[in-house]
Amino acid sequence: MPKHTLSVLVENHAGVLSRVAGLFSRRGFNIDSLAVGVTEDPNVSRMTIIVDGDDYTVEQVTKQLNKLIDVIKIRRLNPEESVQRELALIKVNATSATRSEIIQIVDIFRANIVDVSKNTLTIEMTGSEDKIAAFEEMLKQFGIKEMVRTGMIAIERGNKIIKAEASGDNGSVNGTVDE
Amino acid sequence: MTMTGAQVLVKALEDHGVTTIFGYPGAANAPIYDVLAGSKIRHILTRHEQGAAHAASGYARATGEVGVCMATSGPGATNLITGIATAYMDSIPIIAITGQVSTEVIGRDVFQEVDITGATAPFCKHNYLVKNSKDLSRIIHEAFHIASTGRPGPVLIDMPIDIQLGEAEYDEHKEPDIRGYKPTYKGHALQLKRIAEAIAQSSRPVICAGGGVISSAASDELLELVEKVGIPVTSTLMGIGSIPGDHPLFLGMLGSHGVSTANQAVNKADLLIIMGARAADRATGNTDKFAKQAKIIHIDIDPAEIGKNLGTHIPIVGDIKIVLQQLKKYLVSDYKKEWVDTVTEWKNKQLLKNADSINADDGAYVNPKYVLSVLSDLTKGDAILTTEVGQNQIWAANHYRTIYPGSFITSGGLGTMGYGLPAAIGAKIGRPDKTVIVVSGDGSFQMSMQELATIKQWNVDIKIILFNNERLGMVRELQKIKYKGKYFAVTLEGSPDFIKLAAAYGLPGEKVTKNSEVRNALSRALQNKGTYIVEFTVDPEESTL
Ligand SMILES: Cc1ncc(C[n+]2csc(CCOP(=O)(O)OP(=O)(O)O)c2C)c(N)n1
Ligand SMILES: [Mg+2]
Repeated sequence: MPKHTLSVLVENHAGVLSRVAGLFSRRGFNIDSLAVGVTEDPNVSRMTIIVDGDDYTVEQVTKQLNKLIDVIKIRRLNPEESVQRELALIKVNATSATRSEIIQIVDIFRANIVDVSKNTLTIEMTGSEDKIAAFEEMLKQFGIKEMVRTGMIAIERGNKIIKAEASGDNGSVNGTVDE
Repeated sequence: MTMTGAQVLVKALEDHGVTTIFGYPGAANAPIYDVLAGSKIRHILTRHEQGAAHAASGYARATGEVGVCMATSGPGATNLITGIATAYMDSIPIIAITGQVSTEVIGRDVFQEVDITGATAPFCKHNYLVKNSKDLSRIIHEAFHIASTGRPGPVLIDMPIDIQLGEAEYDEHKEPDIRGYKPTYKGHALQLKRIAEAIAQSSRPVICAGGGVISSAASDELLELVEKVGIPVTSTLMGIGSIPGDHPLFLGMLGSHGVSTANQAVNKADLLIIMGARAADRATGNTDKFAKQAKIIHIDIDPAEIGKNLGTHIPIVGDIKIVLQQLKKYLVSDYKKEWVDTVTEWKNKQLLKNADSINADDGAYVNPKYVLSVLSDLTKGDAILTTEVGQNQIWAANHYRTIYPGSFITSGGLGTMGYGLPAAIGAKIGRPDKTVIVVSGDGSFQMSMQELATIKQWNVDIKIILFNNERLGMVRELQKIKYKGKYFAVTLEGSPDFIKLAAAYGLPGEKVTKNSEVRNALSRALQNKGTYIVEFTVDPEESTL
C-alpha cells in the first residue's frame, strides 16, 4: 500500500489526540506513524500522520478528520515538494574492537553519538525513512539493543505554509466554493 | 453578576429557548437540579436515563429544535449512551448534560466516576468535559451551535460538580465562531450546472430521499423539482415523509426491507439522485449490484458521506434546501413523461397486489399490515408516528401512509429497540397539538415499558399500538430463513398481560384479536382523551414484507 503524509492542524487542548487516534481505530484506518507537537501558535498543534492505504482510504481519513471539531486544517503533502524527517535514538553494542567502525558509520550517515558506555554507544540519527532504514541495516551487525523513533514530521518546501487562520474550508473536499 | 456554574448552565439553556428537559437526578448533578427547581424550564423525570435521551430525540424530531437530556455521573451517564448513539446515527440534534465528579479527583475512579466523554466520543458529533468555569458559557453556546447546524447530531457536556458549584461568568454572546467547524451550505455553481445537465440528459431519473431532506426542511423544494421534471421518488427509512406517502410519484422505501417497485426503478434508472442519505447497506444492499445503469448524483451536507459507500459521478456538498433552490436557476429539463408513465404502471400493479395481499378476513390473528392501513385512513397522516424496531418497524414503514415530513419517527441507523415509546413521549411533549402514536412490538415494548409511569406522571397522551406475536419476530424470521428454522431465544414467554400492566399504571386499553374489530378499537384509541393502548394478537409466522 502506498504511504501518504497528512499535516493536520488541531486545537491545542486536552483530548484532541485521543479523538484523532480513536477515529483511526474505529474506522479501521491504518497509520504508520503519528507525531504531534505545538506550532508557532501556542493554541495550535500540528500532527503529521503517515497513512497506509489507497486513494479511497486517504480521502476517507481526510474527510472524517475534517469532521472533528478540533481539527482546523488538513493538507496532504506531496513527498516531492516536502521535507520529511524522523529522529531515531539507537543503542548499539560496542566493544573496543567494533567501536571505531561504528563511529565511522555514524560519520558517514551524519548521525551523532549522544552517549557512551563500556559496551554501548547511543546514537542520534535524523533523516528520511529510507536513510534511517539504511542506517539501521548497517548497525544490525553489531547488535541493536534498543531503538526509539519519533515518527515522521514533514513540512512543505518553498513559500507554501499551512496556516490555521486561513480556514473556513471544513470539508470542502468536493469543491464547494461559493458561486 | 457572579453566578454559579449551575446557574450559568440553566440561564444559557433558557436563553437558547429550551422549555423542556428530560432527565434524571443524582448526587453529581444535584446543584443543577437545585437551580432548575426555580427555573421556568419544565423537567420531565423519565424512569430510565435511556428514556430521557430517546425522549429528547423524539422532541427534537417533532419540533425541529434541539432536545435536551440530563443525567448524573457514572451509571446515569452510561444509561444515556444508547440514546446518544441512536441520535448520532440518525443525525438528530440533542444535547446531553451529565454530572461528573469533582475536577480534582477525576481519574481516580472515585464513586460514580466514568469517562463519559471518552466513552461517547465515537458517536457524538462533539463533546466537552468542562474543566474551567471560564469556558462554561462558550461551551454551552458552542454545543447548541454544533448540535443544530451542518449535519445535526448529539453533543454531550460533562460538568464536574465543582464547576456546577463554583463561580462562573455568563457571557450571553450566543454566536460562536469555531474555526474548525464551518459547514458548507451552498452548492458549488459548477456542480449545480452539471446536475442540471445530467437531469436534462437522463431519460429514467430517480430520486432517493433520505433523512437530510427532512432535517433541512427541503420537502417543498423536493416536490417542486419532482413535479416539474417528473422524477419518481423513493426514500430511505429515515426519508419517509420527505414527500407525501400518497404522492403519485412516490414509490415507497427502497432496499432490503423496501418496496419492490422502488428497487425496480432504481435498478432501471439511468440517473439516481441521492439526497441527504448515507447510501447505507440496508438501502443499497450489495453496492456492486446497486443502480448499475445509473449515473449517481449525491447531495449531502456532510462531505464524508459522499463516496463513502457508493461511487459518485456528481458530488455536491451543501444544505439540500439551499442546493435545490439554487438548482432551479439551472434546470432546463423537459417533463419525463414516458418514464413517469412506465413507473406509474409498475406502481399501480404493485398497489393492486398489495391490496390483494392484505387480508382483512377474520382468522386466528390480526393482520398488522391491515391495522396500519386502517390507521392511515383514520389519521389521514395528520399524526406523529413513532416506531420500535423489528417487524413492527417495517410494517409501519411500508403500510402506514406518512404524509408530512417529520411525522415518521424511527430509529433508522442504530435500530434501537425501546426507542419508540420514549420518543413518542418527547414528540407529544414537544407537539401537544398533534396526535402521537407509537407502533410497538412485544419485545421492544418491554425495553422501555417503565416509561408508562412517565406517561402517567406527566399526563402525556400517546396511542400505543402493540403488535404481540409473543416473539422477537424479526429475529425469528431471520432464524427461519437463514438458520434453517432453528429457533432459539426468540420466544417471549413470561411477558405480562399488557392491558393489565397498563391498567396498573392507570392507563386504559384493550386487546384485539380479530380484523373486524380493528377499526373500532383504533377509533376508540384515537378518540380517548389520554393514553390508550391497543394490543393486537399477531401471527408469529406473519412475514415482514
Ligand atoms: C436494543 C436492541 N437489541 C436487540 C436488537 C436486535 N433485534 C432486532 S429486531 C428484534 C426483535 C424485536 O422484537 P419485537 O419488538 O417484538 O418486534 P417484532 O419483530 O416481533 O415485531 C431484535 C431482538 C435490536 N434491534 N435492538
Ligand atoms: Mg414481537
